[in-house]
Amino acid sequence: MIWWKCSILFQSVSIDRWFNAGLRLGATVAALIMALILLFLLLESWPALQHIPLMRFVTDDAWHPLEDRYNLLPMVTGTLYASSGSLLLVIPLGIASALFMAFYASPRMSMLYRRLIELLAGIPSVVFGFWGLTTVVPLINQWQPPGASLLTAILILTLMILPTLVLTSYAALIAVPDEYLRSAAALGLSRWGMIYGVVLPAARQGIVAGILLAAGRAVGETMAVLMVAGNVVQHADSLFAPIRTLTANIALEMAYAMGDHRAVLFVSGLLLLLLVMILTTMAGWFGKEHHGE
Amino acid sequence: MANKQIVDTGKPNHLLRDRAIQLLIYLVVLCVSGIFLWILLDLIRGGSALLSWDFLISMPRDTGRAGGIGSILVSTLLVLSIALLVALPIGWATAVLLAEFIPAMSSFGSWVRYSLQVLAGVPSIVFGLFGYAFFSIYLGMGFSILSGGLTLACMLLPILVSTAEAGLRAVPESYRLSAAALGMSRAATLFHVLLPVAVPAWAAGLLLGIGRAAAETAALMFTSGYVDRMPESLLDSGRVLALHIFDLSMNVPGGDAPAHASALVLILLLLMINLVAMHLTHLWQRRKLNTE
Amino acid sequence: MRFLRRFVWVTIGVLMLTGLSAVSIASSHKLVLTGSSTIAPLAVELGRRFESLHPGMRVDVQTGGSARGINDTRKGIADIGMVSRAMKADEQDLQAVTIALDGIGIIVHASNPVAALTRQQIADIFTGKITNWHEVGGKDARITVVNKAEGRSTLELFLAYFQLKNSEIRPHIVIGDNQQGIKTVSGNPHAIGYVSIGAAEYDAQRGVPLKLLPLDSVAASVVNLRNGDYPLSRPLNLVTRMTPTALAKRFIDFARSEQAYDLVEMQYFIPVSVD
Repeated sequence: MIWWKCSILFQSVSIDRWFNAGLRLGATVAALIMALILLFLLLESWPALQHIPLMRFVTDDAWHPLEDRYNLLPMVTGTLYASSGSLLLVIPLGIASALFMAFYASPRMSMLYRRLIELLAGIPSVVFGFWGLTTVVPLINQWQPPGASLLTAILILTLMILPTLVLTSYAALIAVPDEYLRSAAALGLSRWGMIYGVVLPAARQGIVAGILLAAGRAVGETMAVLMVAGNVVQHADSLFAPIRTLTANIALEMAYAMGDHRAVLFVSGLLLLLLVMILTTMAGWFGKEHHGE
Repeated sequence: MANKQIVDTGKPNHLLRDRAIQLLIYLVVLCVSGIFLWILLDLIRGGSALLSWDFLISMPRDTGRAGGIGSILVSTLLVLSIALLVALPIGWATAVLLAEFIPAMSSFGSWVRYSLQVLAGVPSIVFGLFGYAFFSIYLGMGFSILSGGLTLACMLLPILVSTAEAGLRAVPESYRLSAAALGMSRAATLFHVLLPVAVPAWAAGLLLGIGRAAAETAALMFTSGYVDRMPESLLDSGRVLALHIFDLSMNVPGGDAPAHASALVLILLLLMINLVAMHLTHLWQRRKLNTE
Repeated sequence: MRFLRRFVWVTIGVLMLTGLSAVSIASSHKLVLTGSSTIAPLAVELGRRFESLHPGMRVDVQTGGSARGINDTRKGIADIGMVSRAMKADEQDLQAVTIALDGIGIIVHASNPVAALTRQQIADIFTGKITNWHEVGGKDARITVVNKAEGRSTLELFLAYFQLKNSEIRPHIVIGDNQQGIKTVSGNPHAIGYVSIGAAEYDAQRGVPLKLLPLDSVAASVVNLRNGDYPLSRPLNLVTRMTPTALAKRFIDFARSEQAYDLVEMQYFIPVSVD
């Protein structure tokens, strides 16, 4: 590791010093951005945090910011229902797709399907939302009006996060060492026996990481949900009830919110940021413990 | 557990189970492919009639119902290039620093890494809020292409850093040792030894970044704004393609046909960026090999 | 803080050699209008004509809602705010000029057989007491109530007129802009909503399947708005800070002048005469 500290040629040391300083400047800017985001969300939500007790965001009877009522809970449940619903759908679909590519399809088919999933991953969220609005919503409207509902949101979200899960699980599946598969085959396990007993446990960590990544996308998605969920602030009592998510709420109301209303929207943004920070910290601890073992 | 499975495998009902599961998996795949084709066909059917060279270059008229998307494409490209111009140097410098210049466990390194991880998880609408509060209001840029581009740059950083860092880390340690033994400076090592190897990973990150940036809507709603005219300077507001699709489909009665066509253009654009960049990487690598 | 600000600017500046030259040119020949989505289409047309009369000018219009117009004007992000209602008591720090009159109309899908609703029926539909078109003489279908999101002046005026509170309304879809309301109602045969009459007539004339219902048995038409018969009308205001810039003032004068009448009427609004 001596080459780490100093180089052999004198001249290049000074070049390296400048270079290093430049790199550090860049990295500092990158790290400052998170601090800046936190700072500005705090600054903008400060007017509300000052005189609205935090408890009121959960104890007020509804979300009517102009009547001074700031209950964020219906939006929180909206986000939870939509993202957990889509996760329930996407986990079997995603893992099945990944298994297909890794173990069931011919190399050609696997490649083809993979291209298709990659294409799906490249479709922007607003196009999914648009398709949902023009195709899925009218379909469901004929069956259970008004169509724009929790169910539509779940279906669209599922399509959106499917590629994330498929591609990460596939990577985890093919990373399973060949010896495992050969040993399993030598033991006379059937294909499913091998997958269920050997491959899935070995690839578990990668698949779980993919699920978490997909969950993060589902919670953070704004536009597609905004377009298809109906945006009524309420605790959904059925799959056909319209809902509003936290992120959609910001997008929908930010444009014309003022005073406390505006500050409360920044508070919900701050909440999302804090949530991400907590999750990241926890993941960091978890990772460290794992390393320590 | 394992023991039981080995004993059980020969039984015929397990053969049945295997078949059933195989059938299920095929069904899932058919279903996913079917829905994908459905989306694609819907878009093509709805938009192909309108799609033409004229549509690409003419200005939108009548809030987008008539005319084309010329100014929208220009705004999109401007926002995208600002985002990349700002994010690439910062992101790649950070990646190089993290991978090559400071130990993984240093406090500066872990601070940078933590904040990038947080950035990667932050929903885009929160970036939008931040960009609106910071760039548009605090720095006084108003609704402008500049403000939108800078907001996007913040969003792109984590992707650029993580892909570039992974690319550098994948370079075998022996390369660095050999370079050091030859007396090359660290900077020279980076440019002549490490980068040529890491280029595909960097290009892949760049592509991912472009893809995300071109598809972004929520972060740009409050920063680069809705104005659908040809931008004259970077301080003008300019509507990006994704936002145009959103606006046409939500706010414009009779806007579905141009929305379909715009969606098709956006998807084709993303595909093209992918293909071109892949081609370039390929060429670059081959040239490098030849000169060496 | 100042250090931070400078630091960020410097970083941005160094990285964007091309950008900065553009930055220094802009600003002085540009008007930014933000606010009500009701006024926005008119403002775009006004801006176009203003630009053609004054070459080199640029008028940018952003929608969002009346509250945003007020907010942005106060903060100085916008030169002119668009506000589609009368000014409130706590908004006296801004200067408002009325450029046109508009009304709010109840809209349903064109295929809806219901020709009129009483005031009580409308209130009952929006508060969820009537949930089927069958109850008010229509087809047997569930009513889809389309409401506006909080902070929209159309919502405020609608609520004030029917003496409702937003918390009493039981919506099925919540929308933002007028256009979104029109799009939602024209795309759903069983929906009911309320939007700017100007916007509704503009789209209805162009074949969007949409029907304006009379209010208190006065048809929602430009004629009735003009002679003051229609009960739910409102002024469309352009607001500035107390001392508008010369350019903003010129634009507002232009918007009130006869040069702009035909544009106002093309959007189915009522121009106000300059006395």
